[in-house]
Amino acid sequence: MSREEALVYEDDPARFAAAFAASSLRRGAGGSVGPLRRRQSWEPPELPGADWVTITPLLSGICGSDLAAVEGRSSRWFEPIVSLPFVPGHEVVADHDGRRVVLEPVLGCATRGISPPCDPCGRGDLGNCERLAHGCLEPGLQTGFCESTGGGWSTSMAAHPSQLHEVPDELDDRDAVMVEPTACALHGALSAGVSPGETAAVIGAGTMGLAAVAALARWSPPASLLVGAKHSHQRDLAKDLAGVVPTTTAEPTELVRAARRLTGSMLVGSGSTQRVAGGVDVTIDCVGSAESLRTAVAITRPRGRVVVVGMPGVTTLDLTPMWQREIELRGAYTYGIEVIAGERIRTFDLAMELVAAASLGRLVSATYPLARATDAIAHAADAGRRGATKIAFDMTARTKTSRTPQ
Amino acid sequence: MTTPRSSTSNRNSPRRRQYRPRPGLVLDVDRSTPPVLLHHGEQFRLEKLPPDRSRIIYPPEPLEPIEDPDGAIRDALDSPIDSAPLRELLHADMKLTIAFDDISLPLPPMRRPDIRQRVIEAVLDLAAEVGVDDVHIIAALALHRRMNESELRHAVGDRVYDAFAPRGQLYNHDAEDPDGLVVLGETRHGEEVQISRRAAESDLVVYVNINLVAMDGGWKSTATGLSGYQALRHHHNPATMTASRSFMDRHSSELHRSNWRQGEVLRNSGVKVFQIETTVNNDLYGDGPLEVLAKREWEWNLADRATFAATRAGLDRMSAGARRKVMHGWRAPYGLTSVQAGEVEAVHEVTTENVYAQQRVEVEGQTDVLLFGLPYISPYNVDSIMNPILVHCLGLGYFFNMYRGKPLVREGGVLIMSHPTTPEFNPVHHPSYIDFYEEVLAETTDPVEMQDRFEHRYANDEWYRHLYRTGNAYHGVHPFYMWYWGAHALEHLGGVIIVGGNPAATRRLGYRPASTLADALEMASDVVGARPSITYFKNPPIMMADVT
Repeated sequence: MSREEALVYEDDPARFAAAFAASSLRRGAGGSVGPLRRRQSWEPPELPGADWVTITPLLSGICGSDLAAVEGRSSRWFEPIVSLPFVPGHEVVADHDGRRVVLEPVLGCATRGISPPCDPCGRGDLGNCERLAHGCLEPGLQTGFCESTGGGWSTSMAAHPSQLHEVPDELDDRDAVMVEPTACALHGALSAGVSPGETAAVIGAGTMGLAAVAALARWSPPASLLVGAKHSHQRDLAKDLAGVVPTTTAEPTELVRAARRLTGSMLVGSGSTQRVAGGVDVTIDCVGSAESLRTAVAITRPRGRVVVVGMPGVTTLDLTPMWQREIELRGAYTYGIEVIAGERIRTFDLAMELVAAASLGRLVSATYPLARATDAIAHAADAGRRGATKIAFDMTARTKTSRTPQ
Repeated sequence: MTTPRSSTSNRNSPRRRQYRPRPGLVLDVDRSTPPVLLHHGEQFRLEKLPPDRSRIIYPPEPLEPIEDPDGAIRDALDSPIDSAPLRELLHADMKLTIAFDDISLPLPPMRRPDIRQRVIEAVLDLAAEVGVDDVHIIAALALHRRMNESELRHAVGDRVYDAFAPRGQLYNHDAEDPDGLVVLGETRHGEEVQISRRAAESDLVVYVNINLVAMDGGWKSTATGLSGYQALRHHHNPATMTASRSFMDRHSSELHRSNWRQGEVLRNSGVKVFQIETTVNNDLYGDGPLEVLAKREWEWNLADRATFAATRAGLDRMSAGARRKVMHGWRAPYGLTSVQAGEVEAVHEVTTENVYAQQRVEVEGQTDVLLFGLPYISPYNVDSIMNPILVHCLGLGYFFNMYRGKPLVREGGVLIMSHPTTPEFNPVHHPSYIDFYEEVLAETTDPVEMQDRFEHRYANDEWYRHLYRTGNAYHGVHPFYMWYWGAHALEHLGGVIIVGGNPAATRRLGYRPASTLADALEMASDVVGARPSITYFKNPPIMMADVT
């Protein structure tokens, strides 16, 4: 067995607590004191099954859920469906026998050797797999959270052939590493069911928000779109990705007023109770914080829909508006099968198409070698403020950092 | 300097006994010139100006007021200009409407009794003598916010308020009342003329002005104050504002030409207006604790220095809210310097000369850099917050336009203003301003572009309309007008710098923030070159420059 390099998330409650404390003081600080440790002489796990293969990660993105884990802020909900220690990294473009592949990281029934598959897996809705803690693998909702598979933040990992999607030549590595997060955002955007003539809002303009905007513009364009974005470069990108969809951008604190203007409605209340009397038809929350959820409810019309794409964690939300305004609140996790004009298409295939069409590789702002994990985590945790969107590890670079001007 | 003129007896003439107010002054700064006071919102700064290339323009001292204001008012009503006496225009079965300037005048508000109260009481006394019953009294606020009860009481007095308000005969003009406005026609330039239905249907409209600056009064009182968006849009727009050089010089102001054309339509439509215009001196501070603010710095004695230091330190230590409360609580002891009544245009000519008599300062030549210290108050934030849009309006709209002849600053020159410019808004008074700041200014600071892209939507927004009609909000379109007010300056200037301005808000306005005046002057040199000439226009008290 060869020795490889990896960032390993270890089973260390003390460091988990330290990460939580450090990140409370400064975003991204959990990377240096938390349970994530760099192992330069790391032995990858044995392949979990005969049909599994070894792949060599090229680029692997840092996602919000990764940051939550590294910063000690993950919900305990995940405890039964992750296994420690694990190597994070589920946004992966890798080399497999000389071919570039993108990993679809959900560990559904097929990867676990479970047959017949559960109903959701049988339908192709892998994200809804009911057997995430069973089969030949240790518990793990995705590669990157499972002890058995390794993850993208390493120089070697295991993958099931069903997880691999060959990358077409027209996509470079930066495009390819955007496929998985784009699939998530795309799934969320399409599950919002935006009809022509409806108004929609997207809260957050990080990777997920921007990809959701691009997805809406391509497959489900609203009559008008409102995007909540904290930073100016995010607002510019959102407008660009929205294409011909009439789009208004606003800072998060301005969203309620912007939604009122957009819908020609009125305001009710003030301070924390302020909301639009009417509102947009559907809101896609790509942040998942208490504040973004509160805002989502405040700007969505009675009987409207709120789709939560951003991972919320433990948060507080007054559910009274759901009741009083009959607002539908639903989550959107990962991907599976989408229905476009009556045709069933794998989300990943659509994501490949969208990444290419919208040039989403440009959202990769900087890449770091594994040796600079602390810097990479800090950059990712503060990406918006630093003018960045997606930060990734580059396993082909040993020391250098690479940045893409945006 | 022109001597004030009035329509009536010598009771109206400012008295000159022992007190002889000094005219305005242009002081060339040298090394011995002490630091000069700058207003900085609700605070103050002392700044040393570069010697040998700076000058300070000081306002004239307050003219002595008329000793018997009530007598002067009666005289004006009995001996009007180009009109029969008011009592001859009144008859028992008539419809009489008295309209008066709203909370935007004067600045700061005057001590009781307000001159509007004195004039309205005099008019009502005459109306009562002949048995006029059908009297309505209207705050002519156009698209400004509605005045609340205490503000109305302050303006017209308790006696008038208690007699008329409970019966619904004293109220705020509603420019969005579909039944309350009529369109009387168009000017020869195609400008619609819209006015309060009550005024249009009255046998006589008596308009009561406070002409704080030369811009106020004339046909602007009725054609604007009692009108609505349909008519106002014809002159409250970038093209008209840019062509007004300046607002304080009626004969060079496209804004006024448009109002005068609308006035002509009013007159030809049978709307009969009896205009009463008043002027006040620039005594903002009296002999109280703020007196030092009106003094020239080299004349400050020890007591003045101590008072100023204590005032400044006290304000600096207060919270922003407390400072605002203190400063907005100030009521100025203005003295009446003239009152004239009669035919609108003839009255206004006399009034304007009387305004100039108090405010005019002769200034020779333009400057490379013009400096203002912006105070805490503008016409649109009485008892409210000076938000960034109002900072723009006060600086580039009002102060910049306080000239006749040529602007004080040369074309391509730099304007430096001192003001905190915090991105803070009064949500009750300025709801559409918040949206304007967040939406419109985020997209453009070009008056023409914002007019094309956004004005219509804001002007017709039901939410703003609701707040204007039922709350105390400025009309939805009002922030656009505030921005247009500075259109001439925006076109003329090479740059604007705000000293002490909140960086984000200052940049949102399209200006550059500077921490200190020295930094601002350094930044200005990028535009106007090294060692530019500097002029500090020390306003308030209010003055205007006659630039040759």
